[in-house]
Amino acid sequence: MSVIIYAESENGKIKKSAFELASYGYEIASEMNVPLIAVTFNQDEVESLGTYGIEKVIKFKGPSISNFTALQYAENIALIAKENEAKIIILSSSANAKYLAPKLSITLSAGYASNVIALPEKLQPLTVKRTCFTNKAFNFCSLSNEVNIVGLSNNSYEIKENPKSIEIIEKDSSSTETTLKVEKLEKSSGKVTIADADVVVSGGRGLKGPENWHLIEDLADTLGGATACSKPVSDMGWRPHSEHVGQTGKPVASNLYIAIGVSGAIQHLAGVNSSKVKVVINNDPEAPFFKAADYGIVGDAFEVIPKLTKKLKEFKSK
Amino acid sequence: MKILVCISNVPDTTSKINFVDENTLFDTNGVQFIINPNDEFGLTRAIWMKQQQSAEVTVVTVGDNSCESTLRKCLAIGADNAIRIDLKPTDGFQVAKQLARICQETIYDIIIAGRESIDYNGAMVPGMLAALLDYNFVTNCVALDVEGENAQASREIDGGIEIISCQLPLIIGAQKGLVEEKDLIIPNMRGIMQARQKPLKVIEPTEDEIKSSILKFEKPIPKGEVKLVPADDIDQLIDLLHNEANVI
Ligand SMILES: Cc1cc2nc3c(=O)[nH]c(=O)nc-3n(C[C@H](O)[C@H](O)[C@H](O)COP(=O)(O)OP(=O)(O)OC[C@H]3O[C@@H](n4cnc5c(N)ncnc54)[C@H](O)[C@@H]3O)c2cc1C
Repeated sequence: MSVIIYAESENGKIKKSAFELASYGYEIASEMNVPLIAVTFNQDEVESLGTYGIEKVIKFKGPSISNFTALQYAENIALIAKENEAKIIILSSSANAKYLAPKLSITLSAGYASNVIALPEKLQPLTVKRTCFTNKAFNFCSLSNEVNIVGLSNNSYEIKENPKSIEIIEKDSSSTETTLKVEKLEKSSGKVTIADADVVVSGGRGLKGPENWHLIEDLADTLGGATACSKPVSDMGWRPHSEHVGQTGKPVASNLYIAIGVSGAIQHLAGVNSSKVKVVINNDPEAPFFKAADYGIVGDAFEVIPKLTKKLKEFKSK
Repeated sequence: MKILVCISNVPDTTSKINFVDENTLFDTNGVQFIINPNDEFGLTRAIWMKQQQSAEVTVVTVGDNSCESTLRKCLAIGADNAIRIDLKPTDGFQVAKQLARICQETIYDIIIAGRESIDYNGAMVPGMLAALLDYNFVTNCVALDVEGENAQASREIDGGIEIISCQLPLIIGAQKGLVEEKDLIIPNMRGIMQARQKPLKVIEPTEDEIKSSILKFEKPIPKGEVKLVPADDIDQLIDLLHNEANVI
């Protein structure tokens, strides 16, 4: 028996979410008294996983996995799960992990719970707490299957060190017959994504127009964060759809979420509720967002943002 | 070309979320139900293919008869016919299984489902359906073009876009971007009248296998008061974020 995590990497580096999965998996594997195994794809450096409790790493290599494909990756993870009699498989909440999870679940006849935010309440049967109604509520979900998949929400479990010496096994990926081909990957390099960012700076209609977005970008850059926006801002084409956060956009689970010129409509709040600390800057003291925020400034965005950015730069250089 | 659009009947986005029966059931009292927004983007794209490529559009839902007004709305928007599988579902796997059966009886070239529903947010039905049918699958789909037997679809990934080509049949997980907000079709009087005449077939569910069940719900703990900082005292905000909140 074992517990397995799918450790994602990017540009040759293991992602922070993978260390969260390892730390989370370690607690479960210790309780079950079984080894904790990580599966990686096209990743050379894997030793760092040992710091967070991984005992064994299966490294997949080969031409068929040079780019992510849900089918191929799911089949490889399934193979490892079967070989090691995995009881629980832990995935992140990245777009890729959510893409392959349903396939993995069918291949292994496994149960699957996404958006899990805490350690299991119980292991027999596996009972997990997850968000539902787009962060407006939680539910406790029970999975009584031989094998179960847990999709852990990003930034919901703290990284913990549990150093282990690791065994590394290299494997060639088999390739599956499919007509599905990735023709092109368009990725903005070097930019933090909303999914991975510790800080997200978001602008709403109060910013008046796309020409003012340098204010949001400068602030986000100063904090090493990602930029986001409200729905009408993306609908009007001020910002790309990929930045739209909320109930019908992306969820945000950052440590810090700064909302500027965003009124705080229920659909917007739903998507950003999981962020740990929320700061609101709005010139209307009655804006509903103030009720959902931790810190607030009632003031004009065009005056407050430049001052805030300047002061933060000074703070950072100290 | 035959298109199947899978519809989830969900509480309106402004609904108050409450639970009854010792927090084991969603309280539908006073709640308005709508087409799941991600499904509606998908349905609109399907209607375009009906208009431009003479596709036939079927909508399907797994649900009890309270879902019928949502299905009628889909017909008013332009779908040709509707199917309701008469089962109040317990989990996403069960829904995928029921849908798979429909797709084995009638072969659809394209199956569209929302990438996730806004109530249970499982994000599993389209992917499980694809795996059960062994069909090609693209989720977080923000563009779709179909020509003959071939499709090109774009998938939104973290920080970019992936352009995928494949053969039909194809299942997509729809979201905004596939069509824009302004493209959503508001049914007109004629559409609503026609919808009443269009076929809505109710079929019995088959097996009843599930892989997960909800034991109970919980609401978030109400938030404490916001701490307001004067606009001319940015230093105080930075101090709070650094020393109190520990986020910078
Ligand atoms: C089905 C459905 C789904 C939806 N999904 C989403 C979603 O996922 N995400 C989302 O964001 N919305 C969503 N919405 C829309 C939502 O209801 C709101 O309309 C939207 O969030 C408002 O965006 P906003 O806050 O940018 O704009 P507004 O509501 O117009 O707010 C602008 C704010 O800026 C402030 N402001 C103006 N000038 C200044 C200034 N100089 N300085 C500081 N502040 C200023 C104003 O006081 C106001 O509070 C959805 C709606 C529906 C019906």
